[in-house]
Amino acid sequence: MTGILSLITYAPLVGVAAILALRLVTPAGSPRSAELAKWVALVTTLVTLALSLVMLGQFDRNTADFQFVEDFAWFAGIHYRMGVDGISVLFVVLTAFLMPLCIVASWRAIDHRIEEYLIAFLALETLVIGVFCALDLILFYLFFEFGLAPMFLIIGVWGGKNRVYAAFKFFLYTLLGSVLMLAAVLSMIGITGTSSIPELMAYDFGWEIQIWLWLAFFASFAVKMPMWPVHTWLPDAHVEAPTAGSVILAGVLLKMGGYGFMRFSLPMFPDASAFFTPMVFALSAIAIVYTSLVAFRQTDIKKLIAYSSVAHMGFVTIGIFSGNAQGEQGAIFQMISHGLISGALFLCVGVVYDRMHTREIAFYGGLVNRMPVYAAIFLLFTMGNVGLPGTSGFVGEILTMAGAYEASTWTAIVAATGVILSAVYALTLYRRVIFGEITNPALAEIKDLDWREVAIFVPLIVGTLYLGIYPAAVFDYTQASVDNLVAVYRAATGR
Amino acid sequence: MNFSTELSLAIPEVILAGGALVLLVWGAFQSRANTVFSAAAVALLIAAGAAAIFGPMGRGFSGGLIADQASAFAKVAIYAASAIAIPLGQPWFQRRGINNFEFPILIVIAALGMGMMASAGDLISLYIGIELQSLALYVLAAIHRDNAKASEAGLKYFVLGALSSGLLLYGASLIYGFAGSTHFTVIAQAVEGGANVGVLFGLVFLMCGLAFKISAAPFHMWTPDVYEGAPTPVVAFISAAPKMAAMVLFARVLAEGFGGAAEQWRQILVIVALASVAVGAFAGLAQTNLKRLWAYSSIANIGYAVLGLASGDAAGVQAMLVFMVLYMVDVTGFFACLAALSRDGRPMETIADMAGLFRERPGIALAMSAFALSALGLPPFSGFWAKFYVFRAAIDAGLGIVAVIALVGSVVAAFYYLRLIKVMWFDAPAGATDVPPVEARVIALGLALFTFPVVLVALVFLDPLAAAAASAFGLA
Repeated sequence: MTGILSLITYAPLVGVAAILALRLVTPAGSPRSAELAKWVALVTTLVTLALSLVMLGQFDRNTADFQFVEDFAWFAGIHYRMGVDGISVLFVVLTAFLMPLCIVASWRAIDHRIEEYLIAFLALETLVIGVFCALDLILFYLFFEFGLAPMFLIIGVWGGKNRVYAAFKFFLYTLLGSVLMLAAVLSMIGITGTSSIPELMAYDFGWEIQIWLWLAFFASFAVKMPMWPVHTWLPDAHVEAPTAGSVILAGVLLKMGGYGFMRFSLPMFPDASAFFTPMVFALSAIAIVYTSLVAFRQTDIKKLIAYSSVAHMGFVTIGIFSGNAQGEQGAIFQMISHGLISGALFLCVGVVYDRMHTREIAFYGGLVNRMPVYAAIFLLFTMGNVGLPGTSGFVGEILTMAGAYEASTWTAIVAATGVILSAVYALTLYRRVIFGEITNPALAEIKDLDWREVAIFVPLIVGTLYLGIYPAAVFDYTQASVDNLVAVYRAATGR
Repeated sequence: MNFSTELSLAIPEVILAGGALVLLVWGAFQSRANTVFSAAAVALLIAAGAAAIFGPMGRGFSGGLIADQASAFAKVAIYAASAIAIPLGQPWFQRRGINNFEFPILIVIAALGMGMMASAGDLISLYIGIELQSLALYVLAAIHRDNAKASEAGLKYFVLGALSSGLLLYGASLIYGFAGSTHFTVIAQAVEGGANVGVLFGLVFLMCGLAFKISAAPFHMWTPDVYEGAPTPVVAFISAAPKMAAMVLFARVLAEGFGGAAEQWRQILVIVALASVAVGAFAGLAQTNLKRLWAYSSIANIGYAVLGLASGDAAGVQAMLVFMVLYMVDVTGFFACLAALSRDGRPMETIADMAGLFRERPGIALAMSAFALSALGLPPFSGFWAKFYVFRAAIDAGLGIVAVIALVGSVVAAFYYLRLIKVMWFDAPAGATDVPPVEARVIALGLALFTFPVVLVALVFLDPLAAAAASAFGLA
């Protein structure tokens, strides 16, 4: 099956080419060609999903080695090297899974420059999948950084009122983090003479250099994740981005940060990771409590969910840096689960925003009377966000906290309060938007979900419940790689 | 070595010099430019490039002229950039009613001078090369005779260029006085094991003069004014090839002549590099005119190239060469885009003019976005690879802190590149534009395709070529 990773990665580009070809044969801006382009994009993303499922089926769960490896020498010692292991494979599938939903969610919401929008999304899919498949530092950096460009355009062209500010903030924040990472990447190549990620994972960096490299990588991933206090770009980006943009931002782009910690920071700089663990724990604990409180005070639904994302990512960083199997498993699970739940929540916001063109919480109220199906779906994902047992949100939180308890009891205790706080803000939001009587006359004629919207939510509902009831579906894939990661980390740090 | 073998080393120069004279006579008889005339000039440059690749290698004229892999590499790049400038410029001038036949000839003469700079083996040929190209460039900048701004640009360029030549000559005379020779190899012997103060003094003046030519801070002041005033196709030319020639000459002087004083000149280069990056990044933020903006962008970019040189080893020179080639593509392409754009016959030169360009002219807007993202250093565009080489060399040479500062500078500069993209993509169109001329569009799109994705393949070939060229300088 060598080559399937490249196939999955570049499959969306075939869709881009097809849309461009369509553009050439039909007059620009004609409604028919836009309609056709949507179908092309949908089919492309579905084919990509199918390919990624085929890849998942072929994946050997019993080894921690990289699989489906492709390796071609490029220039200047750089290789085109792709491969996945238990840590990355599910992110590839998650990306491929969310993309068709994004396309469908944009079906009516995007009314201008549709072809360009679809091209940006398909290009983004290629770049995100590439990040998770790349096994060469430079190749990783290419995918990681180039992803900024389509997201910049998605926010800036199709975003809300304040979109330019948000797009710039997103781009410059992330760029500043990544140029520091670039410096670290180049010095790693200078020290070791290789840019191969597997080889670098086996390389033993000296203590002092580890500290610097770790900090440089941390600068990039902490912004991406985002961790408190460098999270401020996220609420802006989310609020201004179109619905599908938020879904992909929360669903997969944030996960690049957590993935980066697990792929680079822990195995390559274990001593520095251990050294900085208290700092990460402190920042994460602050993030969980502080952003939960901030979320509670929001008046904009999307901003509230954005802050709740920051809080949930706090659990992920705690899990990753707890350095034990529960923590790592929980972190991966939490990232996958958050990809589904936060994606679904942003879609829920999108549903009412498409109808009313406002996201003010105060504008809504009593939607259950007019939109029972919507109320039920929103309830499910609110519960998932809170971490109700039976939904996937529960498993991730409980595991990361179990891992953290072993590593640092206090962190686990503070983080646990975050679970309560998340219930406070999430349920408050739900009560104010859904329950009660309709007082706003503008809502009198609001319509419930149509079949297209239901079709978007069904896969997410199934995913959330399935993973909540049978979490082993994830752990089966991650087990071998996580055990290996933890063993390597413990051996290196002597714990 | 007899005269004919020595002359065989200079075949590219002979072709260009003889060809330029023939063109001059031809032009005097027909008095107007036409396509055949331009094509002949391009053919000359191509022939000279072929001669540079396939001609014999060695040192001639008692070491004054060097033909090696470095000069061949530089000449091919310089002649190629010059050859692109002719079809870009000639129709542009014709459409504006300027029909002087001198434009292609001046380009050829400038290319001759730049080739000599790349081949210079002593201070005399260094100076002749620089002056030959500079004089041609001064005239080119002012070739739009009836335009006050262009004349001003030409005059400024000339006065400041003359000043820098004076500095350079003064430095050369000091070096000659203290080292006893104008030949780089002899100077190297004198400098070996530590240069005396007199030679160092001369070296500093020489470096100042060269820094003028590459428009590195703090000798950059002329750049924005000249770029703004000079005709756009001329800017496309003077912002690319002359910088390549001057950088190669810079590397040659420092590596061959002053290897013993490496510690001293590396310090100077580090300061110059950081100052250029900072000036380019911060001053660029305040610009509204795109030509001025790109002047600052090129100042910042030259800072990165100088940083490569500051590494002081073969990897650094290789990085500088790769950087300059990719930079030339970038900057030529960007000015080709500007040359292609006009609204009601007036050139579009401010950022505000570009509002909504993506809807108006998607091809040109995409190309400009590619050049802007490339200049920003976003992977996988060519500008990223240019920076990749430079920063790798700098970090390996122990300039880690400097590299990090320069990288942060690139984030500052990212703001103005993004602003251009924002204006083109996010804003409402500012009105219809004229149909872009074919030649500028072809050049712009072709070069844009080079920045991505062609560069990903081209680097496979460029990398070893630049490494071979860098090894010719004899650095470790």
